[in-house]
Parts: sequence; structure tokens; C-alpha cells
Amino acid sequence: MNKELTKYYSAGHSACAGCGFPAIVRAVLGELKTDVVIANATGCLEVTSTLYPYSAWKAPYIHNAFENAAATISGVERAYEALKKKGKISKNKKIKFVAFGGDGGTYDIGLQSLSGALERGHNFLYVCYDNGGYMNTGNQRSSATPYGAFTETTPTGKESFGKIETRKNLMEIVNAHRIGYLAQSNVAYLADLKKKAKKALETDGPSFLLVFSPCTNNWKFPTSQYVNVGKLATETNFWPLYEIENGEHKLSFEPKKITPVTEFLKTQGRFKHLFKEENKPHLEEIQKLVNEEFARIANLCE
Amino acid sequence: MNKKNKKLALTGGAAAAEALKQIEIDVMPIYPITPQTTIIETYAGFEANGEVDTEIIKVESEHSAMSAAIGASAAGVRTATATSSQGLALMHEVLYIASGFRLPIMILVSARALASPINIHGDHSDVMGCRDSGWIQLFCENGQEVYDKTIIGMKLAEKVKLPIMVIMDGFNTSHSVENLEILETKVVQEFVGEFEAVSPLLDTENPVTYGAVALQNSYFEFRIDQEEAMKNAEEEYEKIAKDFEKISGRKYDIFEEYPASSAGKKTEDVEKIMVLTGSAAGTAKVVVDKLREAGEKVGILKINLFRPFPHQEIAESLKNAKEIIVLDRAQSIGTYPPFYSEIINSLYGNGRDAKFCVSTGREIKSYIYGLGGRDIFQKQIEDVFMGKIKSKYIQ
Repeated sequence: MNKELTKYYSAGHSACAGCGFPAIVRAVLGELKTDVVIANATGCLEVTSTLYPYSAWKAPYIHNAFENAAATISGVERAYEALKKKGKISKNKKIKFVAFGGDGGTYDIGLQSLSGALERGHNFLYVCYDNGGYMNTGNQRSSATPYGAFTETTPTGKESFGKIETRKNLMEIVNAHRIGYLAQSNVAYLADLKKKAKKALETDGPSFLLVFSPCTNNWKFPTSQYVNVGKLATETNFWPLYEIENGEHKLSFEPKKITPVTEFLKTQGRFKHLFKEENKPHLEEIQKLVNEEFARIANLCE
Repeated sequence: MNKKNKKLALTGGAAAAEALKQIEIDVMPIYPITPQTTIIETYAGFEANGEVDTEIIKVESEHSAMSAAIGASAAGVRTATATSSQGLALMHEVLYIASGFRLPIMILVSARALASPINIHGDHSDVMGCRDSGWIQLFCENGQEVYDKTIIGMKLAEKVKLPIMVIMDGFNTSHSVENLEILETKVVQEFVGEFEAVSPLLDTENPVTYGAVALQNSYFEFRIDQEEAMKNAEEEYEKIAKDFEKISGRKYDIFEEYPASSAGKKTEDVEKIMVLTGSAAGTAKVVVDKLREAGEKVGILKINLFRPFPHQEIAESLKNAKEIIVLDRAQSIGTYPPFYSEIINSLYGNGRDAKFCVSTGREIKSYIYGLGGRDIFQKQIEDVFMGKIKSKYIQ
């Protein structure tokens, strides 16, 4: 495999064929201009990269627990400052601190830890790969799971059309911490992701990336299709690409023609039930939610 | 006494902070909870006056305090924090990760009752709740011991590569002002030595992975290694405590026998021995003096090192006692309280794992005292010695 691509995260990890996050990890770390220490929340990325006695990581890496990647990287980052102050690490030795977490480890159980670390202003980048659920434990709903999606804890049935709540808006929550740089990106748009990773890594202080990461296994689409599924998410405005730099919102992609969200939904087994006649109102509701959210973001970007 | 040593009037909490300052902690994540706040407030004062170089991280919970401590220690620096009660309970999950990583993190615990009902006062429920977490646990009787054992404990943790809790009684010790002897900083620093990191994350030229997945083919062996390291901590503690005696004149064996003969051996005539720890041991010593003056053959065995637990040595020490009285400041609801179970474990059984077993047929009494900060008085301890309290609760 390409040596540059595997500089930090090697081949031979055991992520599913057609999983989005290996490309996310490589795209983000590929923009590093300094040394790095990586923290990782419990989740798919962690279990598939560190099966003892092997490790896919060629950079220093720590997995602590599920909810504390941000707190853990806070400790590593302050240790670096402590050693610099004592002259035990040269002032010229620059290290960037990067944490990875899935949506369960970020939107849900790790939200407090992330908020604390953002508020304290540590010099770190937090990357959330968002596959819309607890996929490592076999597809349970998280607060990032979309409205109407089937998961094992929001199963469809006589009385259920899947998840009844809408997604938590994590970008808004992170933005409320008034950090220097945050952006929403998508693994299907690698050039966009790399550009944003570069800005995020260059930010002095906390920065944040929320990256769309299709899950072949639990969204139920063929392994060959993750880029297409990702592209449709953005082309339908289900997953807009934008950034917030020093408080300024900017759209990174505006579709020339708007594709109906059903084009995205119909690629995945988790939304299959929505195409039954009786669930038509829910499809309409999803389109309405997508339109409203895109309009809100577009308005902020004007 | 070394003339350069200072005498200071300090609370137990401030004594801990003083020791941490001398040791030079690199990173200290802190989060407030009564009654440990005397420790972090004193330390924050050192920071404000430029007396320490420590990176203090004012985290948003105890869970994050321990998580950040794990990050810092794995990064390769000397790390400590402080907590009590619910805070220690909130850390519980990650305590096991700290010990599994073999990181020499120190927690100063100002031991306090657990909710519910909520109660901010002292007992040992919080620390007993994590007695299986793979942390060394070292108990203190008073402020001087807190100061001394913080220094001993840091060296021990770093030597055996295990995390350590140095435990004082909430309020009784953490908030009581006592006259203490403070060693010269230079002497303390020479004693503890420079922190030497093992496989630090910040050594970016030699990348390591912390927190791997270990399944059926390897997990078991990791746990066995941890147990071996903990066993080894007893011997190392004894060596370090002996070295500490040389610089301070103060002696801290794995447990303390009172009264001790001039040779440091237990007085042979003791027939009734009370086993306990913490601040109540100080009260019990006064009662022992009084009763012995009246001709009663009583004594106490004060636990210092609770994890690892020195079963064999304790069995030896209790060999000739006709009656053993065990005082716990915690329950283990549904079974016998923690110290009592350990004493029973020390004395009974035979064969491969219990070769130290000594005796059968003696009365070993269990009492629980002091829950939620309930005071224990000399009169009550005297009544316990004299068999006048029939209930297992000293209320």
C-alpha cells in the first residue's frame, strides 16, 4: 500500500470492507506537519486497529475508555507542556494532539468530556466519524441516528417506523464553545476533508471535524457503495459540507441541482420500510427537515 | 530532628499538598469535592504564588480527572489528583484502566461516606469500594502520616509501576490542624528521585499503543502480571519505608503494633488485640495506654498497607492473641465488613495459598463504627475492649 497513506495507520487493520473511517483517519493524519499523539474512544476504529499483539498505529496512540478521549488527550497535551516548561522536551519539538471518536463516543457518552476539553482550550483536534449509531455493538440508535432509521433499538414494527427523534445538532453544540475552527465534512469528499483537516491541524487551540462515515454493515448497502452513499448524502443536502472559522460560517459545497433525499435513503436497507405506502408522511417529514436545516445553514453562510 | 526541617501547623489536606509540592508533580487534574478540597485549594494557592511548575487541569468531573491523569501519566510525567466519596466512585471505571496500564498515578483520598443518603463526612466506604481495582491502598492515621506517606507512596508507585491511593479520614484528618515536621525539599526530592517514564506517548520516535484489545488468548496473562506486581509491592513498601525512616526518623511498617517494645517487636503479653486503621487508631492508642495502666493486657494492630494485604505477617502478629477485635469503618453489605474478612482470611485455612494459617477456636469479633462521620469516643473503645458492646455496631 502507498507509504504516505500508511504512515500513521497501517494496512492490515480489521475494519470492514467498505467502511468509511480508514480513509478519514488517513486523510486527516496525512495533513500533519508535526509529530502527533492520538487518542481514541472505544468503538469500531479502536477495536479493529489494536488487537493485541498487533497495532495498526505507527504513531503514539492511547485508547482509554468510551467516554473520555477528549479528557485523555487533555492530559497528554498538558504533560507535553509540563515537559517543555522543564526543558525535558525541546521547545522546537512540535506535537499535535488528535482524538478520534465515533458518534456514540462523541454525541452521547463523551459529550461532557469533549465539552470540558473544548472549554479549557487544549491544543487538540477532535475528529468525530459519524456513522449514525452504535455500530461496534451491533447497530443501536445514538443521538446521531437519523429520524426514521431502523436500528436494533429502534426496530420497525406495527407500531414503529424506526427512530422517532431527529438528530442532535453537534456542530451547533461545539460551535457554542466558540473554538477557532470546526467543520462538517464527508469521507466521500476527500479533497474537502483534507483541506479542512489542514486548517483544523493548523488551528492553535481546539478544533473539531464532524465527518460523515457510511457503515456498510448496519446501513445495509453493498461494500462497493460507500462513496456513492456518502456523495448522495451531500448532494441531497442531508449532509451539507460547511465550516465555521473564527465564527464565520462558510458553505463548502452547494449542489447545482437539488436531488430529493429519497435518492439517498433508498440506497440503504435501514430506510427500506419508509418506502411503504403507510410511511409516506415520514419521507415527507425527512425532506422537510433536510430543507429546513440546509436553509438555516445557508442563511448563516450568507 | 534535622535543624533544617520545619515545624508547621497544617491540616491533613494541606500536609498532602505540601508533600506533593516537594515531590514536584508535573500534571494534576483537579475537581472539587468535600472533604478533599483542602488539598486542591492549597495546591492551587502554590500555583498562584508561583511556587510550583505543575500543569493543573481544572477538569469538569472526577471521571475526566482520572482520564486526564491517565493521559498525562502515559504521556510520561509524574501525575497526581485528589478526591473523595462520589468522586472516587465516578472514577471507578477508569481506576481499572490506570492500574491495567501500570501507571504510577497517585490519588490523595480524603475518605468519605457514599450516598444515599448523601453525607459529606468521613468513613471508608469510598476506598473500600475500589479495593479490587488494582491500586495500592495506604492508610494514614494523622496529618504527619499523610505528609510522610505521600512521599513514601509516590516512590513506591513509581518503583512497582502501580497506581496508589494515600488515604486520610475525611474531616477527622483532612481538616484537623496538627503540628507536623516537614522535611527539607532537597531531601524529599533526593528520596523520591526523578520520574522515569516507561514507554511514554511523548516519545514520538518510538511509538507505542496503549489500550489494546486483549482477548481469550492473552487477557488472562495480563491480569496475572498485575497480581504479581501487586504482591511485589509489599516487599518494596518495606524497603522504601525503611529508607524513609533514615531520612525522617519515622517508622511505618506494613502495619503498626501498639504498644511496641523498644526492639520494635510487639509486646508479648497482649491478649486482646484490636485491628483498625485511620484516625480512630489514635484514639484507640490512648485507651490502650489507660487500660494497660489498669492491668489489662490489650493492644492494637493498625493497618497501614491495605492493598496489597499482608496476610501472612498479620497472622504471625495475631498468633498469640486470645481475642481479636476488628473495627471497620465501612460495610460490605451482604457479607462481613472488609477488614474483618481480611483478618479471617489471614487466620484460617491451610495448604497452598493459606500456609500462614495459624489458629482456630478463638473469638474474632467484628464491629462497625463511624459511618457517615459518626464520632467514636474513648469510652466506646474501652467498652469494646471490655466486651460491653453486644451489637456489632458502635453507634
